[in-house]
Amino acid sequence: MLGQIAYAFPFLLPGLWTTLEVSAITVAISTIVGALLGVGLVYGPAPLRWVVRAFSDIVRGIPILVLLFFVYYGLPITGLNLQPFAAAVLGLIVFKVAQVIENVRGAIGSIPRGQTDAAKAIGLPFPERLAYVIAPQALRRFLPPWLNGVTDAVKGSALISLLGVGDLMFGIQKVVGRTYEPLALYGFGAFLYFVINYALSLASRALERRFSYIRE
Amino acid sequence: MGYHLNFALIWRHFDKLWSGLILSLELAVVSIGIGCVIGLALAVAYVSGNRLVRGLIAAYVEVIRNVPLLLLVYLVFYGLPTVVDIAYSNTTSFVVTLSAYAGAYLVEVFRSGLDAVPRGLIDAGRSIGLTPGQRLLYVRLPTMLRIALPALSNTFVSLFKDTSVASVIAVPELTYGAQWINFNTFRIMEVYLVVTGLYLVTGYAILIGLRLLERRYAIGR
Repeated sequence: MLGQIAYAFPFLLPGLWTTLEVSAITVAISTIVGALLGVGLVYGPAPLRWVVRAFSDIVRGIPILVLLFFVYYGLPITGLNLQPFAAAVLGLIVFKVAQVIENVRGAIGSIPRGQTDAAKAIGLPFPERLAYVIAPQALRRFLPPWLNGVTDAVKGSALISLLGVGDLMFGIQKVVGRTYEPLALYGFGAFLYFVINYALSLASRALERRFSYIRE
Repeated sequence: MGYHLNFALIWRHFDKLWSGLILSLELAVVSIGIGCVIGLALAVAYVSGNRLVRGLIAAYVEVIRNVPLLLLVYLVFYGLPTVVDIAYSNTTSFVVTLSAYAGAYLVEVFRSGLDAVPRGLIDAGRSIGLTPGQRLLYVRLPTMLRIALPALSNTFVSLFKDTSVASVIAVPELTYGAQWINFNTFRIMEVYLVVTGLYLVTGYAILIGLRLLERRYAIGR
């Protein structure tokens, strides 16, 4: 069993790299877009709020797999021909943006109303209220669940192997197809995913403890 | 854009989607049922067990929660039969996987619910002479269920969505039906629009039903 794993490991490295790359791109872009839309959901004018709310509720209501198939098979019809890699990343970003929007909404919502009132009372206009009063406090509530949500991006990225993207899952499938050692390889794959995600979960918990002194 | 939406072929094959949706719901209900039994048993074992028991349960939870469901599905369907001499169908294999997966998430929900039962209630149970077993059965578990209800609803809906992964081992549920129509008719946009709608309507119907239950029974932490 260990021999099988030692044999397979070099073949899995490019896939492992792709998984990390896809996850990193997904998280980076969706954090920026999600943060903007999240602020829009909380402070924006009514039509913007409705659009963001609808987007988030729809995306969170369908399985990631269906979302990925929709983007991968559906988009070329609209004239947008994406490579599997781009389609996969786009699908994951859409899924992750909805999650970040909810993280942001929750974080801002947890800041007591009195903070906004106090900032208004000392005459801060909206951008400064957000930048100097709300954001620094909300950031501490945002980071732990956000970091925990990064594991969802890594786990969700395993599904992109079904679109033919050469990620870790795809690499495992290829080696299994050649050696027919499914248990050893899937077990080892589970171990690799576990190491990545458990590290993220631990970091998330550490952050939560670090920020737990903040009480309302 | 030279593509014209044409839903006729979708309706002709709608039985594939309908039976798929029913199977998705069945998979979800059975796996959630088994997962709840696992989750409740392990949560009770966790709060009353020693360090070894706690360590083992925590390991189970962490491993399942940090590995993609797709990988677990492959592991159970392709990997396990090479060492365990049992033949099982793809549907059984998926139910086993999703139940174990659901169990890990539900342990956490039930455990944090048990932690949130007010100390005073348990002391009150002790003071009227309930044995530890009776306190668990009549005080802690009923209160825990009411506290955990909102988190339970979210987990249930999320598990219903996770049944889509069964399509990779050819369990003919909703996503599998969608792919069948996709590959056989090429009415791609239409089929995914309809399937998205089906997932949304079903998922939110479940959620609204559970939210009504919450309004009746849920209590704040």
